[in-house]
This record gives sequence, C-alpha cells and structure tokens, in this order.
Amino acid sequence: MKIKLLIGSFVMSFSSLVFNASVYAGAQDDPLLTKVMIDQVEIDTGNENAVAWSAQAWVGYDLNKIWLKTQGERAEGETETAEVHALYSRAIAPFWDLQFGIRQDLKPSPSNEWAVIGLQGLAPYFFEIDTALFVGENAKTALRIEAEYELMLTQKWVLSPEIEANFYGQNDDVTGTGSGLSDIEAGLSLRYEIVREFAPYIGINWSKKFGNTADYAAEQGQEKSQTQLVLGFRAWF
Amino acid sequence: MIANNHIISRDGLSRRRFVMGASSVLLLSALPFSKASLAQAVSQGLTVLSGKVFNLSIDYKTVNFTGTDTLATVINQSIPGPVLRWQEGEKVTIRVKNNLAVDSSIHWHGMILESKMDGVPGISFEGIKPGDTFEYQFMIEQSGTYWYHSHSDFQEQTGMYGAIVIDPKEADPVTFDQEYVVMLSDWSDEKPEDIYAKLKKMSGYYNFKERTASNVIDDIKKNGVINTFKARSMWNKSRMSDRDLSDVTAYTYTYLMNGNTPEQGWQALFNKGEKIRLRFINSAAMTIFDVRIPGLKMTIVASDGQNIQPITVDEFRMGVAETYDVIVEPDTEQAYCIFAQSIDRSGFAVGNLTSDLSLTAKIPMLDDAAALAHSDMGMNMKGMDMSMPDMKMPNKVGMDHSSHNMMPEMKSEPAMNMSKMPDMNNMGVGMLGLAGFGSNNEIKHLSSEFGAHVDMRVDAPRSGLNDPGIGLRKSQQLFGRKVLTYADITGLKPTMDKREPTREIQLHLTGNMSRYMWSVNGVKFADAEPLHLNYGERVRITLVNDTMMIHPMHLHGMWSELETGNPDFIPKKHTVLVQPGSKVSYLVTADALGAWAYHCHLLFHMPGMFRKVIVS
Repeated sequence: MKIKLLIGSFVMSFSSLVFNASVYAGAQDDPLLTKVMIDQVEIDTGNENAVAWSAQAWVGYDLNKIWLKTQGERAEGETETAEVHALYSRAIAPFWDLQFGIRQDLKPSPSNEWAVIGLQGLAPYFFEIDTALFVGENAKTALRIEAEYELMLTQKWVLSPEIEANFYGQNDDVTGTGSGLSDIEAGLSLRYEIVREFAPYIGINWSKKFGNTADYAAEQGQEKSQTQLVLGFRAWF
Repeated sequence: MIANNHIISRDGLSRRRFVMGASSVLLLSALPFSKASLAQAVSQGLTVLSGKVFNLSIDYKTVNFTGTDTLATVINQSIPGPVLRWQEGEKVTIRVKNNLAVDSSIHWHGMILESKMDGVPGISFEGIKPGDTFEYQFMIEQSGTYWYHSHSDFQEQTGMYGAIVIDPKEADPVTFDQEYVVMLSDWSDEKPEDIYAKLKKMSGYYNFKERTASNVIDDIKKNGVINTFKARSMWNKSRMSDRDLSDVTAYTYTYLMNGNTPEQGWQALFNKGEKIRLRFINSAAMTIFDVRIPGLKMTIVASDGQNIQPITVDEFRMGVAETYDVIVEPDTEQAYCIFAQSIDRSGFAVGNLTSDLSLTAKIPMLDDAAALAHSDMGMNMKGMDMSMPDMKMPNKVGMDHSSHNMMPEMKSEPAMNMSKMPDMNNMGVGMLGLAGFGSNNEIKHLSSEFGAHVDMRVDAPRSGLNDPGIGLRKSQQLFGRKVLTYADITGLKPTMDKREPTREIQLHLTGNMSRYMWSVNGVKFADAEPLHLNYGERVRITLVNDTMMIHPMHLHGMWSELETGNPDFIPKKHTVLVQPGSKVSYLVTADALGAWAYHCHLLFHMPGMFRKVIVS
C-alpha cells in the first residue's frame, strides 16, 4: 500500500539523518536539535468549553528533520477533530522544506489515514506558508493552505493575521466535507512576547463553510459561519 | 615614512612602566563609599606572568558577572587569564594542565610558530585530554600585542582567553610612558551550546532592534508609501532583516573590559602629560566593538601586533580577534571614558582612564543602531537612498553590469577604488592584479554555492577597504569623529616579500542566516577538502562576503598581508574583517609547513565557516 511505502522511505531517510560527522577543531557544526512549537492553545470566550490547539515539533539537523504536527478542537468535553502528522522534512531551497509522510485523523471517527506531501517555509514578504496535499484510501484527496504574517508593532507586541483554507476532491458524509473549497478560517491575533518562548494572545477567528460542506453543516443544524473571540498562548522550546 | 615623530622613535629605549590596573585595595580606599561598599563592584586588574617558562592550568570555576553564579572555564583561576609577557628572540615553554572533564587546548592567536605548537585540536595536535599536561615550546620571532584562547568546543565563550605582550628585541619604535592591556570580551550566563541551539531554532532570537510598524509609519511619512515599499522590497523579497547586525546581543551578553562589567568599571591611572599605550584586544566570542575615548585623540600605532604608520582617529572598529595598539596623551587631570560599544548598540564595555581614582568619567550614550544598506548586500542601486552619505565612493567603474541573483530586475555595479591603481597597461602578471592593490579577477560562484544552505550570493561586491562599516559611516558627518578604515592602514616596515602573487584563490563566505548555517564556498568544514598552498609560494587570497554579516577571517600560521594600496608597506594582519557584500584581498607567503586552521572568528560561525589549510 502507498502509505506503507511512504513509511518505508521515511524510516530510510531518518537513518541517513543519524550519522553526522563531528567537527574536531572547535564545536560541533550541526548538532542534533529538537524544537517544540505550541502555536496555538486557545479557548473561545463565548464558549469556555471549546478549546483548540495547534502544535508542531521537529528533531533533526540543519537540512533534514522529522516533523510532528497536530491540531484539533474540543467542545463540551469531547474531541471533535484531532489529527497527527509525522513527516520527513528536507530543505529544498534556502527558505523552503519539502515534507512527506503520513497524517492520521483520530477524530472524527472512524479514523482516516492520509499520505502527505507538503511544502513549508517562508515566502517573499515574510509570509509563513504551510501547505500540504493529502491522499487517502480510495483515492480521496484534500489540500490545505495556511499562511501567516507577523507584524511587529513593537519588539514585544506582534499582530498576526492568519488564514487557512481546505479543499477536498470528493464528498464525505462521515466527516461532513464536500468537494471543492470546503472551509476558510481567518484569524487576527495580538500577542505579547513576555520572553521569546512564551506569548499570551487575544484573537478573533472567523470561519466559514462553503459549497457541499456548508450544505452538510446545514443538515446537521450547524452554523455556516462563525466568529469567535479567543484567548490563548504560544510557546516554544 | 615616519609620520608622527613624537610617538615613534627608532633610537633609544623608552622610559616606561607596565601597569595592568590599579590594585583593588587602593581603589577601595579611594572610591566614594557608595561604590566601595560593594565589595564586588571594584575594578579588577590583570595578573602578569613573565619569563621563559609558564605553567597554566585550565579549571572550572564559579563566577558571578550578572548576579547569578555560573560555571566558567578559566585559565589560572581568572577571566581573562594572565597576561603573558614575552621577549622577542627567546624560546618560551608553556605547560598547560587540563583539569576539565573534557578535552581542551590553547591556541596562540597571531603567533608565527610550528604547526604542532599552534594548539588547534585535530589540525595541529590531538588536544589536551582531561588530566593531561601539554608542553608548548616555541621561539618568539615577533613582537607586539597578541592573545591566546581555547580552540576546543565553545570554551572561549566561557572564559578561556588572555593577552600576550611581546617586547621587541630592538628598540621599540613606539615610545610611551605607561601601558595597559584593554581586553574586551562578552560574557553570558547561558551555555554557549544553548545560545547556538537558539540561533539555529530562531536566528533573530537575540535581536530586539527589529524593524517595527512605527518605523514603517515613519518611513511612509518621510518618503511616501511607494518609495517606502520600494525601499523595503529588496529586504522583503530576500526575506532578510536590515537590522541584523549581531547574532548575539546584550540580551544575553554582559560586555567586559579586562574582566570587569560596566558596573565594576575597569580603572587605569595616568599622570598628566604621559603617553599611554593602550593594547586593545577583542577577545569576544561574537561581539564586534566600536571603540572611542571621548575627549582624546587616539593614535593607532599597531594592528594585530604589527606596527603601522601612525594614524590618528577618534574611533575605530575592532573585529573579533583583532588587536589595536593606541597611544593617547591626556593633557588634563581628569577622567576619560574608554567606551567600547557593541556594533548593534545593545550594550558596551567601559573603563576609566583617570588621573585620580576618585574621578569617574561620564559614560556616553550608545549611538543609534544602524540599518544595513542595499549596498551591504552587494548592491549599488541607482536612484535609491543608500543611507550612507559620507561613504567614500570613488569613481564607479561601470563594467560587467551583472544582475544580482536575488533581484534580477535591478542592475548593480561594482564600486572599486581605482584611484590608487597603477596604469592598467603596466600590469605584467596577466589577469592577476599587482601585489598591494588587490584583486581584479572576476567574481565567480561555484556550483556548491547554490542550494538550500546558501541564502544569498553577491555578484558585484564592493571593496571593503574604504568603508568605515555599518554604523560608523555617519560618524564623521554627525559627530565629527574620524573613523579608521582598512585603507588607512600602512605597514611601518617595508614589505618583506616583494614578489608578485603567482595565483589567486577566491573564497566566498557563505551562509543561510535563517537556518543559521555557515560555510566557505557553500561547503561547511565537515564536508570540505583542505585548501592546499605550495610551500614558498606567494599567493593572493580574495575573500568575497556573500552574506549580510561581517566575518573576521583568521588564517593561522602565516600573515595575511592586507592589500590597502601601498605595495611597499603592506600591513600584516592575522584577522581581517570582511564587510557584508564586500570583498577584500591579502597576500600570503606560504612559508609555514604543515596544517593550519583558517576560519571566521565569530565563535558560532566558526564550526561551519572553517577550512584546513595544508602547506606542502
């Protein structure tokens, strides 16, 4: 199966990461490092039982890394969506990493598995881009595009607009997603970096469902669009 | 050739005393009680060791520069280590005992000696294992101000450095009444490995002078939306910060002068009318300092230990590992501030040169931090504000209008100093420029310079010689301060090796700022083949800086004879600053057999931007 092949190449790529020549005449040039980034842990001020998260972590070297990514939402004590990605990442340009691996959707159940090919990096004008194509069982496809910008108001206050769009290649009754543009989420957050590694923020999130996804939502009696005022924090180490 | 006779005299030994700093006992009694009550906040002097045999020990020691106890690696229990006072013409023996739990080493920076005594693990020897003692022994065949430091891991950052002062065999051409070593450094309570890891995870981690929205609004008010957008466009497209002057800043660093924090304030005494020789050494890990002494003219008499034709300035820039000897002649009884501000203006090291220990000089305000100009990216764009009105930009030569790789739509042109160049028709060595005048070779980027590991290449680098450098270009215009440039430096002694170079090696200093990767020609040290020099050859090395950071490049074992335009008096240096988007050339006589290190002396650039050089 495609996914198993991908896992195979993923393991092989990782083994090539482990060997790293040490530099003797001074310190080690390219040490094995890890970084954990909690980009978002936030509550909806209108519904304090609603929590959303988004986090990433990498382990590796300058040009080759293993990435783990997760994002999801909980409401009323239940996890509504939760996904985990495990990716091999290779630098292909000064500001861009090509990533491939697997994505597992834990919720909604039954779980979905996808193969992932993504491109993550910094576009001209300092737009942070994370985009990925997903291929699941029965030739299901999905595309996600995320972009973020950081406007430094001062050395500590950062205003950050963010947008995410999801597209699907087919209708899926189980997940309530329809083919074509499915949903857009746009946010604007204002954070204060107490230290580089930790910043609380306040933000406005606006989301809207489109096309068949919107129709699914209507059938379920859900809103097509939603606006939330959120409180959260970012952290990394 | 001797421009300044009242300082330089070739005959007769000068009357002088060597004082490393006033004793703390004296200070305690002489300072106002508010300061005296703080037992720690007292100027520490340096220990001086002299003779022919030296015993040094490397140990861990808990130090406190910031209010927090931190473990340092120290030489003979102090930071800096002792000043080693040597005599030209003698043979010295230095036994170094390593009491650390890890390998260590000491490298004698700027010393001309045998390869196996150079102290670089993996290149000149195996390093000093824990518990072992290594005996260094070599002839001293030079004089002047040098220094020593660990060449293992990041031990230099945690305190392993000290000064070397070598008295000349012949009469010192520089006369003075008193002398002081002024050793500048940067201290952090963070482990250097952690600083390095943070830079790899977020290269701007320590930069708190980034461009903000209010800067943009100011620019728009001044220049309008369209011009602001245009001016920002290159930075936005290249995804680089024009405020990136120093990778590591005062956010984590405390800057030290002879091991004293700014609060402690190093003290040096003078008597009115004396000639004071200050031996400045930049032993920082990552900090380039701009030095001045408000109220005093400084006559620079030596650079990297080698005497130069005296030049009087108000301010000079010290790259990491460079040394400058300066004569000052204070003629009033007062306190003068020795002020060394970091290039990014986030902090300073400071000392007091005073006629009376009860006097303290006012510490000047830090200058404003500068932003990088387009020209620092190797671009010289028509119709755009270069923000460097006082730059000496001699006759621009409009040849080879090659486009910059990052901005294909914008033309750039080289701005070389042709004013001192001899008649082109007289060039007898084919494509090579004449000795003393630098390179006129074409700039070529090797294929190894292309890829994810290199974020910029400069097609039309300017000459770095006439440029005072970022942050100092307006010193003359704004403050009336004359700033030293490399073009001002001329050797005191005639050039020893007057041969023309037989070949030229072009090396590109490369990197990826955001991934925090550094390399030479796009190849990091771990992957690089050694650079070969033929024993006895006279070769030109041209360094092209394809990054937006300044790199102080240090060649071990042989002099870097900087081509500043005077072939008869070429100054000899051991460390050469290569400015962003610029090139610089020097001649090397490959007279030192064996393996040598060649690297950027910024400690966190060094692991990658490094070459082994083999002379055979």
